[in-house]
Amino acid sequence: MSYVIEGKTGSWEIVVGLEVHAQIVSNSKLFSGASTTFGAEPNSQVSLVDAAFPGMLPVINKECVAQAVRTGLGLNARINLESRFDRKNYFYADLPQGYQISQFAHPIVGEGTIEIELSSGEIRKIGITRLHMEQDAGKLIHDQDPTKSMVDLNRAGVALMEIVSEPDIREPEEAGAYLRKLRQILRYLGTCDGNMEEGSMRADVNVSVRKAGEPFRTRCEIKNVNSIRFVMQAIEAEAARQVEIWESGGEVDQETRLFDAARGETRTMRSKEDAHDYRYFPDPDLLPLVIEQEWVDALKAALPELPDAKRARFQSDYGIPFYDAGVLVAEQAVADFYETVAKGRDGKLAVSWVTGDLFAALNRTSKTIETSPVSAEALGKMLDLIADGTINGKIAKEVFEDMVETGEGPDAIVEKKGLRQVTDTGVIDAAIESVMASNADKVAEYRSGKDKLFGFFVGLVMKETKGKANPALVNEALKSKLDA
Amino acid sequence: MSLDLATTRRIAKLARIGLEDAELENVRQKLDGILGWVDQLSEVDVEGVPPMVGTETEALRQREDVVTDGNCRDAILSCAPEKSGPFYTVPKVVE
Repeated sequence: MSYVIEGKTGSWEIVVGLEVHAQIVSNSKLFSGASTTFGAEPNSQVSLVDAAFPGMLPVINKECVAQAVRTGLGLNARINLESRFDRKNYFYADLPQGYQISQFAHPIVGEGTIEIELSSGEIRKIGITRLHMEQDAGKLIHDQDPTKSMVDLNRAGVALMEIVSEPDIREPEEAGAYLRKLRQILRYLGTCDGNMEEGSMRADVNVSVRKAGEPFRTRCEIKNVNSIRFVMQAIEAEAARQVEIWESGGEVDQETRLFDAARGETRTMRSKEDAHDYRYFPDPDLLPLVIEQEWVDALKAALPELPDAKRARFQSDYGIPFYDAGVLVAEQAVADFYETVAKGRDGKLAVSWVTGDLFAALNRTSKTIETSPVSAEALGKMLDLIADGTINGKIAKEVFEDMVETGEGPDAIVEKKGLRQVTDTGVIDAAIESVMASNADKVAEYRSGKDKLFGFFVGLVMKETKGKANPALVNEALKSKLDA
Repeated sequence: MSLDLATTRRIAKLARIGLEDAELENVRQKLDGILGWVDQLSEVDVEGVPPMVGTETEALRQREDVVTDGNCRDAILSCAPEKSGPFYTVPKVVE
């Protein structure tokens, strides 16, 4: 079901494209040897190049190029063996050079695609227009002085990838799914940490509206939205604003807007007269960037398994449903955890423990998969105890809770608490006889045809054996005794 | 090529150069002269000739991803027209 806005003059659909700025994971900056570590002392990670001292020359960081190429490969995109750098000129206090080195006419990565999954389970393809490298700007701090802004250039010159989507998005939910999928791919690749709170991934959102079948109308760009939820809210708010303007006979101006999350609305950031004229031109300090196909092939060969491929493999290797596989691969750490548990064991049982009991326990104890009180090895060992009949499924829940609480291994807990499953038929028979003796009336009812009571007897026998009896043996023995 | 006054004013604004109206015509003429001179290049037929991107034939030199620079805050800030503690300062800019 696609998203429509019902206006006074009919239904409107929305057209959205996203520009994502993703900070590249690297030790040093794109064109200087200063560190990129987040949270350092202000202006301590600034070289003369970053501060734009006269005569300083940029030298490109090979690893940043590799990261951009890896990302392009992960987005099934064309890699351009020759790309170039341009100067994007504008004045702002966080940009010491007076221009940003970016790639305008010749980006390093061309067209690609991302597959997204909606909550309905529907799969859609969103086109990628391009990916290019550019420099990040510094940071302004406004709240320390009534008349001054403080400038911290630690971030100035850190490498960014700008990843531009086609205007293929038609629903706020799709925008959310796109960003989550993109972030997932970047994290798997290790090319960006995807941390939107720290600003290492930020989105500019282009929104327009139109009647079905129309060509595109004027779009507005909402700058620097810093969470997936806000992106979806901003799209809704902006689309509603544009519908109202068109329907009241107005014109939507092409402009840059800001999303005010507190008010849930967008507002003008730059008016049309001030619209930027960036006067791009090729950066005379930098020759064209030429890379070799063999190098690209080597990077491709060394790529990690990406989420879509991993999901398909989990389905076929472990016999688990598409949905479950999707939950597992959402985070690489969860996928790795699962695979350690499932390897050589019952994959379906493993997924129910990982996404059921383990997730619930993590949630309850406010832990993450990385800090899980139960290791994948320990959970695997517990599944072995179920498989070899040492404990039954019910006791396993008790053992697991103990593992969460104490961090001890399953073997130790089973021994300590004497939870070993009872397979001694003598013990089981005795329990059955005792139950039958104290429920003679029910036995009579059962024998006169009320065989639904069977479950009632099973429950009592399990209770009598403190849950430790082997359920299959109980069923078997109970049946023969009751039917005798 | 002929540069008009409005374009001259716009170029000045983009470059953050304040020009009085009285200065404008003078600057326009000078810029127009420069542009006209450079524009002679378009008389050369470059059909089919790939753009020349530099005088060197080598491609861009690349460096390894190691931290070799930074940690020179005092030196950098010593050239700042205005500073406060570890920061450069500028007149307040809020969007």
